Amino acid sequence: MSNVETYTTPDGRTIGAPVMEMKNITLRFGGVVAIKDISFDIREGEIRAIIGPNGAGKSSMLNVINGFYHPQEGEVLFHGKKRGPLRPYQIAAQGVARTFQNIALFKGMSTLDNIMCGRLTHSKTGMLSHVLWKGKAEREETENREKVEKIIDFLEIQTIRKTPVGRLPYGLQKRVELGRALAAEPSLLLLDEPMAGMNVEEKEDMSRFILDVNDEFGTTIALIEHDMGVVMDIADRVVVMDYGKKIGDGTPAEVQANQDVIDAYLGVAHD
Amino acid sequence: MSAGFYFGVEVFLNGLMAGVMYSLVALGFVLIFKASGIFNYAQGVMALFAAMTLVGFQNGQVPFAHLINTIFGTELHHFGWHLPAFVAILMSLGVMILFAYIVERFILKHLVNQEPIILFMATIGLAYFMEGFGDLMWGSEIKKMDVGIPQGGNLWIEESTAFLGGDGFYGFYLDTLDIYATVIAAILVVSLVVFSKYSKTGRALRAVADDHQAALSVGISLRTIWVIVWAIAGFVALVAGIMWGSKSGVQFSLSLIALKALPVLMLGGFTSIPGAIIGGMIIGVGEKMFEFLIGAPFLGGATENWFAYMLALLFLVFRPQGLFGEKIIERV
Amino acid sequence: MFYREAGDFKTSYSKDEQTFPIKLDRTGYYAVMLFAFCVVPFMVNDYWASAVLLPFLIYAIAVIGLNILIGYCGQLSLGSGGFMAVGAYSSYKLMTSFPDLSMVIVILLSGLITALVGTAFGLPSLRIKGFYLAVATLAAQFFLVWLFNKVAWFYNYSASGQISAPERTIFGFYITGPNTQPAVAYLFCLAFAVGLAWVARNMTRSNTGRKWMAIRDMDIAAEIIGVNPLKAKLSAFAVSSFYIGVAGALLFSVYLGAAEVGESFGMSKSFLLVFMVIIGGLGSMFGSFAGAAFMVLLPVLLKNIMVGQLGWATDIAAHFEFVIVGLLIVIFLIVEPHGLAALWRVAKDKLRLWPFPH
Repeated sequence: MSNVETYTTPDGRTIGAPVMEMKNITLRFGGVVAIKDISFDIREGEIRAIIGPNGAGKSSMLNVINGFYHPQEGEVLFHGKKRGPLRPYQIAAQGVARTFQNIALFKGMSTLDNIMCGRLTHSKTGMLSHVLWKGKAEREETENREKVEKIIDFLEIQTIRKTPVGRLPYGLQKRVELGRALAAEPSLLLLDEPMAGMNVEEKEDMSRFILDVNDEFGTTIALIEHDMGVVMDIADRVVVMDYGKKIGDGTPAEVQANQDVIDAYLGVAHD
Repeated sequence: MSAGFYFGVEVFLNGLMAGVMYSLVALGFVLIFKASGIFNYAQGVMALFAAMTLVGFQNGQVPFAHLINTIFGTELHHFGWHLPAFVAILMSLGVMILFAYIVERFILKHLVNQEPIILFMATIGLAYFMEGFGDLMWGSEIKKMDVGIPQGGNLWIEESTAFLGGDGFYGFYLDTLDIYATVIAAILVVSLVVFSKYSKTGRALRAVADDHQAALSVGISLRTIWVIVWAIAGFVALVAGIMWGSKSGVQFSLSLIALKALPVLMLGGFTSIPGAIIGGMIIGVGEKMFEFLIGAPFLGGATENWFAYMLALLFLVFRPQGLFGEKIIERV
Repeated sequence: MFYREAGDFKTSYSKDEQTFPIKLDRTGYYAVMLFAFCVVPFMVNDYWASAVLLPFLIYAIAVIGLNILIGYCGQLSLGSGGFMAVGAYSSYKLMTSFPDLSMVIVILLSGLITALVGTAFGLPSLRIKGFYLAVATLAAQFFLVWLFNKVAWFYNYSASGQISAPERTIFGFYITGPNTQPAVAYLFCLAFAVGLAWVARNMTRSNTGRKWMAIRDMDIAAEIIGVNPLKAKLSAFAVSSFYIGVAGALLFSVYLGAAEVGESFGMSKSFLLVFMVIIGGLGSMFGSFAGAAFMVLLPVLLKNIMVGQLGWATDIAAHFEFVIVGLLIVIFLIVEPHGLAALWRVAKDKLRLWPFPH
């Protein structure tokens, strides 16, 4: 399946060429090998899940994708071109946005300002126009505000627009963080455990938002998730990691039938 | 060997001894930082206050005499006694322990869970308060301190090394007070390390340093630990105050030794006891040697004011984790 | 009842983004400006100008600058005294080297020079964080003071090692030197303070400010969402140093007239500015002014009471001032870590309901 240019999902969406390709990635911290020789790709328009037990190296993988860690071996291809050792903010400017496992919102700012921060990569005005405010800066601010208000409507968080995010409950903070990532209008959206610590209803809400984002904006999404039910429901393809190695890759059904995956999750019987 | 070389060695030795004193002050910082995450800017003023109190007790000064006289028109100055140094030191130690209790009771207790920067600011406020309070209590004039440590050049060392020299070199000039200070500081440093490693309180202290919540959950009283740590820091301040006070008199500039300890902390790390010791020596030797070799001949002197900071700064730029810290792996 | 936002509807996003979204605030702001520019100059005398108004305005500029660095960008600096010295000595060198240069340009250029120096000392902030950085900024403080002390070129080889401002005029009025009219000096500083506050407000409410705040709140996340930490931090250092340099230049040329670096720009000045930021409120423009006003007025008040009313000796009064300032800092941090600005917000919230609290 990985060699075909496009494929069609059971619900009829057409998945395009790879956006991001990881080739033989190896990441070490001192002597500890966090990721060992992993290759996979993320394709245009799909929802790609990365799963695996704790400590399997999933978050490290996301960190490699958005340039926070630099792998010792292997290469990353973005839209078919080899990516150099860029800093995370440069990769963000290329259209990769993400959320974090432990919420990384800007606690001193309001919901609105947090989401407005997501627009920073699209900012075309410099400090000089900010100094004067009237004119370019104000116009850009208003344009951004309009886009951000759409996201606020989409995520149904109008009432907390001006609340400092530090005061919001966990579930809403996760939603604001998603909003901040969406505001960047990313071509690739990385979600690190978007549903961790949520109850069933919150998970359903979040799943709906993720599917809607994929559906309405055609955003490519790569997500890490522990809840297998959710992953099987929303993901198009799944990568399974264990102890830094890839042990499975394919559609949810294929992965579920994979013996290595079953062993990793349920344990292997020792004789 | 030329005389110039031996002067260099002499500067080196003096730097080393100054460095041990810096380590001592830095140790006070490290203890408090480890146990409570507070960067205690008041450490230097604590040393000044301790020294003032010691001199005041020794000479039988009436506390707040000036203020009382102003308000009530009285003529109080002295109780008219002279206490032996030993008794006065014990009494001053008592005052520093009381001080530790007061700090915990009235400041720290109310600032639990605040951001580190807020706590740091609070200690700057505390430093201001203590500076004014100490002056009100004992007067701001320069006081002479004499607790019986001999002073002046050490003749024995000077004579026994004189044979090394060439032209104009008559043996190493080392101040006896500095030698005493070095030995005492070294003993103190070792005993603090032993205390924190092997005693029960020391273990509790390290537990608190690692994780406040976890320490609480195994039944360690945070507040008691804080009082103990601040009392130890007060004790360290007292020792530092005695040494520096005997050397150059008890006056405002004594509180500036805290500023000498800060680059030591940067170099050694805020949480590392060996870092404080080694860092202190590097800074002590470094600034004396720099002044001797480059500062005084080429830059107009007085480079000691900033050299330590620049050294620490450059060092940190290339090695942000400090001397003994592990490489920082940032996570998200 | 009288102070309220109900019924004050916004029909566009730009209206919602203005500095004073509530009508009463806006009116109050215009009234204060009118009073400051048109009434105060006719009332001001020498004592008020030199004891209160000039230091208030000048420190307010410096505090806005430091607040940008500490309050908005989260980088604690203890080197502001040294940067003020850079501003002061730049203005001195500019005034003596180019006697015909307008004072406005002199002050602004001094700010720019300070911005360059500040940026250089801000470079370590990319590698060093938190307290380590705070201590590192002390390097700037000590080094700069030493530099201005030792290198005679900076004080034009004067025998005393002091610098003193030559007489300069603007629109024919003296603003430096002994013939300065208090009202003119006041207006000159006021114009700078208001102009720079407006600029700072614009920067902090736009993307520049958001980048700073993102770095302050979580630098790693900020970089991952696309903030270049190098640019954000250095721009904060540059802007902050510019403000502090302008304040240093004004302090020396317009207010003090003569200065000696260790005395006027020592560590205690750095701490004074930090106190003003804390007491006023981190990350607040209003707080910057409030903090400066508070710390300028407090010693004047204490001195009036203790020396003027009670007849105490000045040294006792000075010690008491230390005690009280120290206590106030601690009390403020315990009771209201967000400073006077937070108290002001609370007061306004109360006012919304007053006089019918239910």
